[in-house]
Amino acid sequence: MKAWLLHLGVLALLVLAWFVLPPYHTGNLARILVLAVYAQGFNLVFGYAGLLSLGHALFFAAGLYGLGLSIQQFGLPALPAIGVALFFSAAVAAVTGYLALRTRGVAFMIVTLMFAQTGYLVVLYAGTWTRGDEGFVIARAARTLFGLDLADERIRYFAALTLFAIVFLSLAALVSSGFGRSLVAIRENEERARLLGYDVQRIKWRAIIVSGVVSGAAGAAYALLFGYAGATFASVQYSILPLLWVLLGGPGTTIGPLIGTVFMFYLVDFASEITDAYLLLVGLALIALTLFLPRGIAGELRRRGLTWLP
Amino acid sequence: MSRRLRSSLMRTAPDSAAPGSTVQPGRRRTLKTLAAGALGGTGALGGAGTLAGLAGLSGHVQAQSAEPIRIGFQVHRTGIGAAYGRWYDRTTTAAVARINEAGGINGRPVEIVAEDDGTDPKRGAEVIEKFVQKHECDIAFGTLFSHVVIGSAPRAGELKIPYFVVSEGHHVASGMLNRYTLQPGITDVRSQVQAMAPYVAENLGKKVTMLYADFAFGHDHRDYFSQAITDQGGEVIAKIAIPPTETSFTKYFPKIPRDTEVIYHVMVGPSVLTFVKEMGEFFGPSAPPIFGFIDSLEAVDIASPGLEFLEDTYFWEGFPRYAQVGEGGQDGEGNVNEFDADYRRAVGVDDNGASVTDAKDVSTYAHMFGCWETLNVVKAGMEAAGYRGPEDRAKLIEAVEAMSDMPHSADHPQGAKRFNGKTHQTFGHQHISKVTDGRLDLVHTTSIEDTLYPDEVDYTTRSF
Amino acid sequence: MEFGPHLVLALLEGSITAAVLALTAAGLALVFGILRVVNVAHGEFFMLGAVLAWFISTTLAEAFGAGPAIGFVAALLLAPPATALVAIAADRLVLRRIGYDPERTIVATIGLLYVLQQATLMSFGPEARPVEPPFNTRIALPWPERVDGSWALGWPWGFGTTSYKLFVIVAAVAVLVGLWLLLRHTRLGLIMRATEQDRDMARAFGIPVTRVYALVFGLGAALAALGAVLVVPIQQAHYLMGGDPLLLSFIVVIIGGLGSVGGTVVAAVLIGLTDGVVSVFFSATLAKIIATLLVAMVLVFRPQGLFGKASAR
Repeated sequence: MKAWLLHLGVLALLVLAWFVLPPYHTGNLARILVLAVYAQGFNLVFGYAGLLSLGHALFFAAGLYGLGLSIQQFGLPALPAIGVALFFSAAVAAVTGYLALRTRGVAFMIVTLMFAQTGYLVVLYAGTWTRGDEGFVIARAARTLFGLDLADERIRYFAALTLFAIVFLSLAALVSSGFGRSLVAIRENEERARLLGYDVQRIKWRAIIVSGVVSGAAGAAYALLFGYAGATFASVQYSILPLLWVLLGGPGTTIGPLIGTVFMFYLVDFASEITDAYLLLVGLALIALTLFLPRGIAGELRRRGLTWLP
Repeated sequence: MSRRLRSSLMRTAPDSAAPGSTVQPGRRRTLKTLAAGALGGTGALGGAGTLAGLAGLSGHVQAQSAEPIRIGFQVHRTGIGAAYGRWYDRTTTAAVARINEAGGINGRPVEIVAEDDGTDPKRGAEVIEKFVQKHECDIAFGTLFSHVVIGSAPRAGELKIPYFVVSEGHHVASGMLNRYTLQPGITDVRSQVQAMAPYVAENLGKKVTMLYADFAFGHDHRDYFSQAITDQGGEVIAKIAIPPTETSFTKYFPKIPRDTEVIYHVMVGPSVLTFVKEMGEFFGPSAPPIFGFIDSLEAVDIASPGLEFLEDTYFWEGFPRYAQVGEGGQDGEGNVNEFDADYRRAVGVDDNGASVTDAKDVSTYAHMFGCWETLNVVKAGMEAAGYRGPEDRAKLIEAVEAMSDMPHSADHPQGAKRFNGKTHQTFGHQHISKVTDGRLDLVHTTSIEDTLYPDEVDYTTRSF
Repeated sequence: MEFGPHLVLALLEGSITAAVLALTAAGLALVFGILRVVNVAHGEFFMLGAVLAWFISTTLAEAFGAGPAIGFVAALLLAPPATALVAIAADRLVLRRIGYDPERTIVATIGLLYVLQQATLMSFGPEARPVEPPFNTRIALPWPERVDGSWALGWPWGFGTTSYKLFVIVAAVAVLVGLWLLLRHTRLGLIMRATEQDRDMARAFGIPVTRVYALVFGLGAALAALGAVLVVPIQQAHYLMGGDPLLLSFIVVIIGGLGSVGGTVVAAVLIGLTDGVVSVFFSATLAKIIATLLVAMVLVFRPQGLFGKASAR
């Protein structure tokens, strides 16, 4: 019950934020919310299932290009393009997940990393359509959904918030369901879960697919809302970022990914106001954070009292 | 009150009078920014690299009481573009100092608000938002790397801020971007490459092997040059793409066919020196004529050990790095040096193209002039439009679109320009130099006509 | 160039990549194998080695007029220990305090990466700077060619290497042999291997595990730095040069099999050579795609790597 209040409260706050915060911050928030969706996708696999994937950029890029190319090359309107993007992400997640799950631990890390690198290189190789690293713009005229112009600040914000809310609540429900609990059981002790009769591989595979679709949705939303698709988003950096966001915010918590994404964004923003060498500050902050808040912000809150935190 | 806090409390929205402004119901508060201007003029927090010294406080500018014109400078301070970013920074500082010393723009001092984009397109877009919504800049300016430009341009268009890029990319003229993005201060890769073909075909050879970085910039070279050399009766007999992160190049050189008459190379990135060294090691004494783009060696000393191989090879130079003595190039264009000497002094570069304070610190001379010239175009545009504030942004763009010929002058030290208002791209002279005794000596200057190509877009037909 | 010489050239180039990679990856293998942590900043130690090499050789050249040979030797002797000191400092200040927890180490070393990169950017600058090799003569290589119906040695156009590149291979092999001797035949090596096998048991036997960890972390960094010092006269020193070595080292360590420095070396040779050879046949990007998928498939079908033990750790 408390969990639901928390979730709805967070969403209410985000709605309120639009009316209260200045345009600079609501603009940031729109972007942060889309990236937080990505982080949540990652959190399912990392925070709950305990699988450290270093290749989630592949799913994000699958969504990004799935939508971007559908609009750019095939002239599809936004809604079907979203469908294409989600389907494509699911397919990619299913195939790579199936293969990667034959490994475990560090090998799993590298296999996922390699698949993501392959995706990145394919994007570059297919430069005739993707324009490789330069990327391409998604025409403003194409960025309309249900007749709404997604480039409008207000519509963009609420579109991002809607996507976030859907993912947020769905995942919250998912992780407290039987499926979610089985993921945690697998994370805590895989052997025991197997002995108890759970089809561990199948469950993990399903988690990866869901995670892939969510990450792909974030990628598609990013292209649609911000009008750009480029190979940078398929690079290793974008596989490391959700890991960072989730670790900072609190892996295995529902609000952790959002907190982590918000935090990292404003850490960089704030540090760049103070000094040109802001990465130095960010690096020191990360070190300090992991020294003193080992389970991430939400994770620490949960440990130090708010034990009901989902 | 701190400037940031004040900014976040002021919700300055575009005036309702401005065409197509985004309206946020119940939140607009058109606050005068004069008060902020007084604070902004000092850039007290030193935040975001505000160059405080320029904000109307330099010397004898009478514009202290006038609110500054804020130019958001999207600069590559970190990331792969950092070496260029530093020189873009210095050139911009010098250009703004010169403008302010002459009285600013419309009597108002120019203030640069710099933000690092990390040479990353996501951050680039965020920085544009910051310029508009937090720093209240009049225009955004200064980006080099194409992927950052393309990633940022949609936001600039949506936020309706004029975005003057100094990128050399063909993306502006290709029509991919929007009416708010302009490139009036530097020529684009298509016109550069195209203009090289006649000289190469005539003087170096007709059978060309191209070695290029396997990413968008390199692909542009591959595509445009292939077309251009074919038009000259030549042919590209081999196209060797090299991944941009490659660090060892020897394995690519065996792919060069024996009957190559001239090698054309354009590589970028930190490994370029290795590329040149290994090319030299591969060929030894028996190399065909070699033509490259100085992009490969910007900020690198031609006289570096290992680069001896470059002797007698040719380079495209946007702007000759070494101060040229005597008449320059074709066309009776005259002495390339005419306005070059003053420009060099202003930006702190010596006659060898290196920093006057550190002879090892070689500049990115072929590109950075773009910042200088763009800012002068901005000034001319704002003056022509009678620019008063963000409500006049569209007028500014229209004023710049109306420009065409810009003569060779202290405002345009690289050479005369011809701006195409429809494609938002400028065209100018391209230079070819030969490495002689460890220096780059100008051997040819193209006409502007050599560099022209048919229009691919007419931005003036698009609405604001 | 004909196929034969082209292939040999590619193999030669690949050997140099393999040599440097073997050194860097061996460093990571030690850290990964013994400390069981993912050091995301390992590539930055590599970068530090290169940057310090530049600094040392340039300072000696400017202050004392020393030639490139002296500068290089000094760099070889000083840069790796200096880098090791930085690593040991990081270990004591951060890694030990977080108890070498795998997840926290990832975050901490990402932070360390940013710190090292930015510090280098601020001091060394954003450009790529060359370091002169101590010697570098071009060596044309012969190839048997058919001339007038009989075999003779010819010197194909462009088929050659340089003396310094050959030196890199020799030096890397020497260092790796030294490392092997250290691990197999010295007491220190025994302590390190014991700690790797079973940390708690080692502690029970009185081995100062935390000190061993610091030493190993430093040694890992020093190996990476050494690889960088060897390669920097061929490449350049640049503040972002750590990214690729990090990626490649990781791949090599996992493919080779955790816990096996020997396996790491073999994997480095394989990957270094494959990279060179595949690009003979395919366009470079396609070659990389193939190579990357190959690595993934090796692990999918043999998760313990080439030489690791079959039981998942």
